[in-house]
Amino acid sequence: MAIPLSHFLTLAAILFTLGVFGIFLNRKNVIIILMSIELILLSVNINFVAFSAHLNDLVGQVFTMFVLTVAAAEAAIGLAIVVVYFRNRGSIEVEDINLMRG
Amino acid sequence: MTIELALFYLLSAVTVGCAVMVIASRNPVHSVLFLILAFFNSAGLFLLLGAEFLAMILVVVYVGAVAVLFLFVVMMLDVNFRRLREGARLYWPIGALVGVILLAELILVTGSWAFAGGFQTAAPIPSDPAVTNTEALGRVIYTDYFYLFQAAGVILLVAIIGAIMLTLRPRGTLRRQDIAEQVHRRPQDTVELRKVDTGAGV
Repeated sequence: MAIPLSHFLTLAAILFTLGVFGIFLNRKNVIIILMSIELILLSVNINFVAFSAHLNDLVGQVFTMFVLTVAAAEAAIGLAIVVVYFRNRGSIEVEDINLMRG
Repeated sequence: MTIELALFYLLSAVTVGCAVMVIASRNPVHSVLFLILAFFNSAGLFLLLGAEFLAMILVVVYVGAVAVLFLFVVMMLDVNFRRLREGARLYWPIGALVGVILLAELILVTGSWAFAGGFQTAAPIPSDPAVTNTEALGRVIYTDYFYLFQAAGVILLVAIIGAIMLTLRPRGTLRRQDIAEQVHRRPQDTVELRKVDTGAGV
């Protein structure tokens, strides 16, 4: 293995932090928040695959596939909710989402 | 520095730069495009790690499906995105603080961390070069993880049905086939026989 494991872990940590920071920075825009969640899931996937290659174990890659599945399903449902919400209220600001008075 | 290491630095630098542009760019369409580039470079990183199948899946699923879905939604919604960015200046100091602390903690954890050893490998990657990554992965998925694989399919099915049910709306202008009404039609209600006089017409 030419590339040490810590390199990949640091890269995943940076991506994870950028995803969390993106949620703070764009806290009004649901679409960018969904993209930030995709970034976070991508960093988790990088961690899984790096460990899989380092430990010579395929299970990490299997789990990455499941994470990808859930991420795709989450993006589809989330964007559908955004579309329906925009149709009803004409806005996608997070602060306007208070129909349930929660 | 080997070629692999140089490639790793190139791909990861582009990925991190794209991730920064995803969250910082003013135009959401640019955000989606940078997200696509970030996923492409991550696919390259997966290739470096020897996970060819996942790299291709990442390109197909993320670039081909998820990112295009994002692009559709961004372009379909008539949202004033400039107004959505108001107040970002207010929140970025606390976001940066949380981010720096989180990054420092994560790097400290991953930097000063070592394997305890003595663990068992659940499904070793075959050393035979004739067995491709896809084949090895398939051997594991369709045997040990078969039920989980099926469950992933069910999750996707639920996502499909959920997304369609959420966005489908009945439109008044649509004329649909009503099978019950068709079956209940009787000849007495719809067909009328009239005696027409010869040569007179109706």
